[in-house]
Amino acid sequence: MNHVTAYSPHHPRWYRKRVSTYWWAVRRAYFVFIMRELTSIFVAWFILYLLLLVNALRHGEAGYQRFLQLAAHPAMVFLNVVTFAFVVFHAITWFNLAPQAMVVKVGGQRVPGLLIAGSNYAGWAFVSIVLAWLIVGM
Amino acid sequence: MADRITLQVSRYRPESDTSEPTFEEFEVPCHKDWVVLDGLNYVKDQLDGTLSFRWSCRMGICGSCGMNVNGEPKLTCATFLKDYEPGPVRVEPLTNFPVIRDLIVEIGDFMRKLTTVKPWIVRQAEKPISDGEYLQTPDEMDEYKQFSMCINCMLCYAACPIYGLDPHFIGPAAIALAQRYNMDSRDEGEQERLEILSTHEGIWGCTFVGECTQVCPKHVDPAGAIQRYKLTASLEWMKNLLMPWGSR
Amino acid sequence: MAYKRPIEPFLWLLFSAGGTLAAMAMPVLIVVFGLAIPLGWLPTPTFSHVHALVANPLGRLFIFVLSMLGLLHWAHRFRYTLYDGLQIKHLNEMIDAFCYGGAMVGSLVAGYLLLVF
Repeated sequence: MNHVTAYSPHHPRWYRKRVSTYWWAVRRAYFVFIMRELTSIFVAWFILYLLLLVNALRHGEAGYQRFLQLAAHPAMVFLNVVTFAFVVFHAITWFNLAPQAMVVKVGGQRVPGLLIAGSNYAGWAFVSIVLAWLIVGM
Repeated sequence: MADRITLQVSRYRPESDTSEPTFEEFEVPCHKDWVVLDGLNYVKDQLDGTLSFRWSCRMGICGSCGMNVNGEPKLTCATFLKDYEPGPVRVEPLTNFPVIRDLIVEIGDFMRKLTTVKPWIVRQAEKPISDGEYLQTPDEMDEYKQFSMCINCMLCYAACPIYGLDPHFIGPAAIALAQRYNMDSRDEGEQERLEILSTHEGIWGCTFVGECTQVCPKHVDPAGAIQRYKLTASLEWMKNLLMPWGSR
Repeated sequence: MAYKRPIEPFLWLLFSAGGTLAAMAMPVLIVVFGLAIPLGWLPTPTFSHVHALVANPLGRLFIFVLSMLGLLHWAHRFRYTLYDGLQIKHLNEMIDAFCYGGAMVGSLVAGYLLLVF
């Protein structure tokens, strides 16, 4: 609304509140939402970490050991603990929202949300076990 | 057990010099079955007749009395004063809408957006009356029934941060109502609505915060409607990419 | 006014695929490669074993797909976080270039590393 507008009884000056820079911090639900969105940064970081590992492996045993030493550094461990927390938060929120985003019908009956979320969690467990076994099992 | 409670009510009088709303306190009776709306009506009847607010059915079906109570979008006819004891209870106009006066907000934006999604049965050709009604099985009705429960109270718009940040966003209720018709077996307008909804102002602006579903008094689940439509629109997009000769 | 088919559905599909893959596979990988092995909770796998896993065509494919989809997931989500969280939607061209461009650069780097492995 520009300042030239003449306000009359039939066109009053409406009050429009500006959205605060910290809109995401004032309500718990919004804060949790922003934390969920920030998990993507940790997803990207871990991809970088994996690629660092791949690159280290290209330089033979010495490269691999150098990587392991870097990985054991307290700052790196702390970063990866935080990364783990955020990525698990991503996984949990993702699987819990799946039933809301996807309605599956079997024989005309709607599959209960708990089952959809549950099968996602089951898939998560299966993938985790297979990957862990591949890397350290043999 | 106190039998009075304080309401902190937002006042905004455009004809006066104040450019920002202020709060005024009113002490109202706190009966067992009184809701915030009863408190506001007590204020208007007994304490200050200039207080302005919208209400109608007082039973949660007309969608007129939506306001922010202690920061949460609520239907004031369904929010009990006893739940807020000892108070005070802060009553403000619905967030994300321009305030016209006191607790009354301008809802024209929503009304215009609702019209753009064509919330009615769209058909290529209407059946003549003599052919009888359009028949629908109970299962077919179940597909869209939840989304038909919307009372246009706009609590979801007050809860949606995206609507607050981007005034062009069509918003939860409008999209849920579009879905109500898309999923109605009698409707043939899905393609027309796709062109309105599969846009940045439509579903793609939504980041699934989910607060709209949390505040909806009728359990419409607009967030679910939007996410399901994202999948539908995406599959439609892929179909058009891979099989562009398909019938529209 | 002709309906311009948006690219958003495609980007959203990639975001969803990336999000699902990241949710399923990353937690265990972080535990194993980020914590358990460096801190000695599990016996360190030999260099030749890990090298063989990555050199394997399926291993390379898995890491490439995880990297590309994971980065596209980040790109899409972070783009909207910048739009809404920091309210800088008017810089959308720069943000889009940074996010999707960054994801593409990362994917190319991943592809190169795995190709020459």
